[in-house]
Amino acid sequence: MLIKPPSRIKPSEITDQEVWLKRRQLIKSAAAGTGLLLAGSSGLAQALYRGPGKRQGISGIRETDFGEDLKPTAYRHITSYNNFYELGYGKRAPSENAEFLKPRPWTVKVSGECDKPAVVDIEDILKMDQEERIYRFRCVEAWAMVVPWVGFPLGNFLKRFAPTSRAKYVEFTTLYDPEQMPGQERDVLDWPYREGLRIDEAMHPLAFMATGLYGELLPNQNGAPLRLVVPWKYGFKNIKSIVSIRFMEKMPMNTWRRVAGDEYGFYANVNPDVPHPRWSQKRHRVLGRGLFGSKEDTQMFNGYADEVAGLYKGMDLRKNF
Amino acid sequence: MIKWKLAVFFVCLLPLGFLGLGIYREDLGPNPVEYLTHETGAWALRLLLVTLAITPLRRFTGWRRPVLLRRMLGLFSFFYACLHLLIWLWLDRELQWGSMLADILKRPYITVGFAAFLMLLALALTSNTFSMRRLGRGWKTLHRLAYVAAVLGILHFIWLVKADLLQPMIYLGVFLFLMLARLPALPERKPAPFRRKVTS
Repeated sequence: MLIKPPSRIKPSEITDQEVWLKRRQLIKSAAAGTGLLLAGSSGLAQALYRGPGKRQGISGIRETDFGEDLKPTAYRHITSYNNFYELGYGKRAPSENAEFLKPRPWTVKVSGECDKPAVVDIEDILKMDQEERIYRFRCVEAWAMVVPWVGFPLGNFLKRFAPTSRAKYVEFTTLYDPEQMPGQERDVLDWPYREGLRIDEAMHPLAFMATGLYGELLPNQNGAPLRLVVPWKYGFKNIKSIVSIRFMEKMPMNTWRRVAGDEYGFYANVNPDVPHPRWSQKRHRVLGRGLFGSKEDTQMFNGYADEVAGLYKGMDLRKNF
Repeated sequence: MIKWKLAVFFVCLLPLGFLGLGIYREDLGPNPVEYLTHETGAWALRLLLVTLAITPLRRFTGWRRPVLLRRMLGLFSFFYACLHLLIWLWLDRELQWGSMLADILKRPYITVGFAAFLMLLALALTSNTFSMRRLGRGWKTLHRLAYVAAVLGILHFIWLVKADLLQPMIYLGVFLFLMLARLPALPERKPAPFRRKVTS
């Protein structure tokens, strides 16, 4: 468990008790109104957001305060507008080719600079405590959405493998299997897809491993069965369908940086002041808002600056983009 | 001929009809502005290539009738380019003139796209019979800008995509094919004369 030392809790983060009580009341009445059962005294409640039941539901999801003021994008939009080249190259293609991917059986190999390397079965990963977090998602292509993810903090998971002091970075790798991922038959990217985080980024309490969204298992087009979610970074950092996690001493090469290192960096922090060489990052379009007024200003670190800015103290974010 | 012209006119309006229907039914997906921008841009480019296909078509088939449709096809390409620009200015840049100007100057894919639009504008303005007469030989030279506009339009597309170049490369392939089909060395078919009533 990561526990924030008291000194790091800012007054702005503390919710007034009255507001908190009202909020709980609202949640409970909303849940009751839709006929959902509350798990009672165990403290476990049903997830606030439920999908259309297309995928298996995840039980015992703990609710959290993350993003409770955000309005999630519709399930149908989140699951039909995807950049997942492994399943096809248009925005719709991954949802149309979703059935090629078989997220069971599935294992994740954890290796590299750690004392307890292991191969973990996805069923065991799903047995971990699952919680719901509503995060903003900002694509480097200047569109955005809000997703109610289900999963667990990445740091909690990584600690199980006892990374050594030489573990300065973590590398993640997507499945390589053109049978399951027809997009890999073309050499558009250098397969398999790879991403990386610095170890302190990976251990940050906001870094998250998603197993589901809207209270159900991840749809294949969203990166089933396991994907990374780092809400203060551009979407391409959020690698999907992970089969390998490796602790490394040197900075790993990530796929988009290999494709075009002048356009996509290692850090990929959302930053309205550092434009992509071909387009501005000052504003973005929120999915599902129709033709008019769907754009809003992009915030530094996608609105998570209070939590994560400290990770980059003293760094030139124009150079380390 | 009037029947042909009417038929082509309505066929060229079909994409607009589908987009309009999509807007009406709110059926354009999670990012309708992007969808409309991409579709109108693609139709401008497609119709420009169709316009450039008329000359090779005549060369190899001797069929002359399509030549009479060329002006309308070119104007429809311009029409979709106008919609494309309008959607970008209005729904994407939200009429923020400063940011639009900065984009036109600073972002190469927008620079070339805008240049292509200005060329199509010049061609559309001089597409009437009066301008043809007035410009004489210069008209033909001016209207060779259609080739340049097509190249810039395809470049606009290439510079826009992140990694998957398949689609713009298809357009480039079609364009190169149409250019090769203009090489003088290729065998030609003499155009059939327009049918005339033969009196004996």
